Amino acid sequence: MIEFKNIKKSFDEKVVLDDVSHVMETGKCNLIIGTSGSGKTVLQKCLVGLFEPDSGEILYDGISFTEMDDDGRKALRQQIGMLFQGSALFDSMTVEQNVMFPLDMFAKMSSSEKLKRVNEVLDRVNLEGANKKFPAEISGGMKKRVGIARAIVLNPKYLFCDEPNSGLDPQTSMVIDKLILEITKEFNMTTVINTHDMNSVMEIGENILYMFEGHKEWTGNNEEIIFSKNEKLNQFIFASKFLQDAKDMRMLEAKGIIADDRNMEDMLNNGEEIK
Amino acid sequence: MTFFTHFGRYLLMLKGMFTRPENLKMYWKEFMHQCNDIGIGSLGIVSIISVFIGAVSAVQTSYQLVSPLIAPETIAQIVRDTVILEFAPTLVCIVLAGVIGSKIASELGNMRVSEQIDALEIMGINTKAYLILPKITAALLTIPLLVIISMVLGIWGGRLAGAASGILSADTFDRGLLLKFIPYNVTFALIKSYTFAFIISSIPAYYGYYVKGGALEIGRSSTKSVVVSCIMLLFADYVLTQMLLTH
Repeated sequence: MIEFKNIKKSFDEKVVLDDVSHVMETGKCNLIIGTSGSGKTVLQKCLVGLFEPDSGEILYDGISFTEMDDDGRKALRQQIGMLFQGSALFDSMTVEQNVMFPLDMFAKMSSSEKLKRVNEVLDRVNLEGANKKFPAEISGGMKKRVGIARAIVLNPKYLFCDEPNSGLDPQTSMVIDKLILEITKEFNMTTVINTHDMNSVMEIGENILYMFEGHKEWTGNNEEIIFSKNEKLNQFIFASKFLQDAKDMRMLEAKGIIADDRNMEDMLNNGEEIK
Repeated sequence: MTFFTHFGRYLLMLKGMFTRPENLKMYWKEFMHQCNDIGIGSLGIVSIISVFIGAVSAVQTSYQLVSPLIAPETIAQIVRDTVILEFAPTLVCIVLAGVIGSKIASELGNMRVSEQIDALEIMGINTKAYLILPKITAALLTIPLLVIISMVLGIWGGRLAGAASGILSADTFDRGLLLKFIPYNVTFALIKSYTFAFIISSIPAYYGYYVKGGALEIGRSSTKSVVVSCIMLLFADYVLTQMLLTH
């Protein structure tokens, strides 16, 4: 569990985070959503220590990260995995070397054990056989999967993902979302995801924090978000007509006015008329 | 940013490099990798410019020393001393500032912009120690060696050009080389090369490590790092010469 209380962060005169508090739960996909410039990335960078908050407290399983010394942070960071927006793979290394790098640096294992572990995680992200390829030779989706493999190779307790679906097609995005969700459940990790992607919000948003102009505007999950009355959230989430229609369908479904997707399929198969 | 802000941040960067390595073996591997990149990678260009510098200085010296009162061995002496004192350490390091400096600045700049440095930080690695220290130590080891090679090749280039153009025979050149040789000159050249090695590795590392923006900024910081390194190198050259060669 990651808890942060009253986080404030400014750059020069501009306030980027204004008194943000929330709890990121263990074993769940915790999403930070919001428009560009709302402070999502800065918040995530504060959580992992790439930025120092001006004030406030960050607790990792009850232990204060903000008050930790450098050695304490170094030790904690070995329990943190992070998937970057651009994957941040080391260009001069192969897929295998990229994934093995954290093991080489921190794990006391023999070469064969390391290789076995690398193959395990590459299999886990469905990248078997890509060991010897360089980042420049693989697709965006594969890079993201290598990034995930590198992030989980040391069995972290906390996984951070910065826009994991940026630049990916909807189908690949869904594969990545599913993978992150599965890994979160499998290893009981605290996963924190920054995203703009509405499919991700609906698919894996178990605990959602909506940021607006640097402050916490709304919290909830992917079920509650449909029925939220928060105007700013609704403007952000259901910005397109398609998404607005989808929301209306869900509302009607919930009220029992129309059947749910599965029933609709049955009705169509049976030649029944849908109201 | 003011000069003092840059200088303060540069000093803090240097201070930040000295922490306990997370894994000594990985640091050693990176150090060897940098030795190969900086040392072996620059050997070709250093060899070529050194031979030509020596050859040109032999021909130009003979062009200027037209008096029959001056022994031809003097040409060899002048070639030897100019190559050892100035051409090998200074000129070679200015070229290396361009070759190595731009490589270091753009490599670190690219790593910063593509979040690779952040990725290393998240893993719990001191990026200043892992990325910058091996580059500086590798430069401190390999650049003086390159300068020694440059001295030898420069003198050999002068000997070759002298003999090929009929200015002075190889035997005369060899005799001239041994006349009034001051071993301290080599020590002085090595002191210069250590200082220059530090300058041409640490300044580009600073510009690359703290780059902000995208591809354009990487190019700008790379150019700026080479310009600043060259200026600092020439300034250090003057200061060292003033300190160590004047009585």
